[in-house]
Amino acid sequence: MNLKLWITVAASCLSTAALAQDSNKLVIEGEALVTETAAPAHMENVDTIYSGWRFRSSETQALETDDFDNPGFVFLDQGVDLFEKVDGSEGKACASCHEDIEDFAGLRTQLPRVQDGKLASMEDLVNECRTERMGAKPWKWSGGQMTAMTGLIGLQSRGMPVNVEIDGEAAPFWEKGKELYYTRVGQLDMACSNCHENNFGVMIRADHLSQGQINGFPTYRLKNAKLNSIHARFKGCMKNIRAEPFKEGGDEFKALELYLASRGQGLSVETPSVRN
Amino acid sequence: MKRAFGLAAVAALATSAALAETVAPTNVALVDGVIKTSLTGQPGDAGVGRKVFANRKQGNCLACHTNSDLSEEIFHGEVGPPMDGVADRWSEGELRAIVTNSKQVFEDTIMPAFYIESGYERPLEKFAGKSILSAQQVEDVVAYLMTLKEE
Ligand code: HEC
Ligand code: HEC
Repeated sequence: MNLKLWITVAASCLSTAALAQDSNKLVIEGEALVTETAAPAHMENVDTIYSGWRFRSSETQALETDDFDNPGFVFLDQGVDLFEKVDGSEGKACASCHEDIEDFAGLRTQLPRVQDGKLASMEDLVNECRTERMGAKPWKWSGGQMTAMTGLIGLQSRGMPVNVEIDGEAAPFWEKGKELYYTRVGQLDMACSNCHENNFGVMIRADHLSQGQINGFPTYRLKNAKLNSIHARFKGCMKNIRAEPFKEGGDEFKALELYLASRGQGLSVETPSVRN
Repeated sequence: MKRAFGLAAVAALATSAALAETVAPTNVALVDGVIKTSLTGQPGDAGVGRKVFANRKQGNCLACHTNSDLSEEIFHGEVGPPMDGVADRWSEGELRAIVTNSKQVFEDTIMPAFYIESGYERPLEKFAGKSILSAQQVEDVVAYLMTLKEE
């Protein structure tokens, strides 16, 4: 590697940190998605929000523009099979109650949401159907069956703007998520904000830091060649800073999920996105 | 079991004169952004420090700092200032303070404190009660940083 060049590049990146994400337009199968928009009013320190897609290499970006190239669709096909498959004591499949998967259009944009006084993520809704209505065993939060299903349901909202409720009953959960976002943890003593708010657009070793948006989840990662849940990503980031992660599906991660979703209000749902 | 092992380790430390001079993280005298003397009573090894600086499981300083002296490593982070000529800007005592506990030098910094063993929340169990670097590794890194001169 040419040293002088590297330094020049690094220096110019530093001086234009806010512009370091490229300005490509994301068009999937002919439909234009919103990957950049004005930050919602509740975000005090950021003016513009960007999808994580904008921070990836052009090769990785390209994979998301064509459903045939997008490796996440292999798993969504499994989701289609699971949707039709009878399971549990009641002899039902998802399709027994939900005639058309397309009826789920818009659902991804509103989750997580408060139900019966509790915050519910899409995984909770899926498992509620399995245990309460099908008499089937719940799926593991970040297991292959669950991500195939949340991916398939999420796809029905692709292109629609994230629009979670943060007031009223949701407010205390949102506040808790916000607090977690700004709390330093782990031996490296960092908060989500240190990387994703203060340093997005900057390289951290080999990684180009994004805003840590969740509009593309579950996301196919080249790193592990599967669909990854939102909570699994949170867990990974916490482990990287040598922090004991919260439980997947637990109150902390659900609150954090609501807060992060709200930091992406207006971005298009990109499920299933492709990241490295 | 663990406790017995701990006692044995303490005894072993006490018999080794060189190690006995190592300042524990809680006893480090960081005053006005400076730590005057070596944390181990020994000089650092710049060659070892260069490796600690790059190693992802040790300093991993390269995650956040570019450094032309390590051009053989392909990925250099840009979160913090470049390390080129850092010894022209800071004295040895200041660099020791920055590496030991940057938070006492730069307010609200993202840079981790490398020689503290408490004061952070929810560490993974295997890191609990430990510092990221040992006292000697801090000295090695400081000795290495002292070689990064441009003038
Ligand atoms: C030491 C830096 C660091 C910290 C602290 C950190 N992350 Fe990350 N995070 C990364 C990196 C690097 C990536 C991968 C590149 C990218 O998308 O930014 C990432 C990716 C993500 C993504 C995926 C974004 C996408 O578009 O696919 C999410 C979501 C995320 N982080 C959330 C969090 C949350 C929540 C926290 C706090 C619990 C957190 N991160 C703390 C470094 C960090
Ligand atoms: C997660 C990011 C991060 C890591 C890891 C990190 N630093 Fe830093 N460092 C910074 C930032 C940011 C600053 C600038 C101070 C501030 O926060 O305002 C800094 C400042 C410094 C300075 C002062 C530089 C100057 O010219 O003013 C030195 C010296 C330094 N770091 C050395 C190191 C060493 C040695 C290591 C590893 C043992 C290391 N850093 C690891 C982020 C980091």
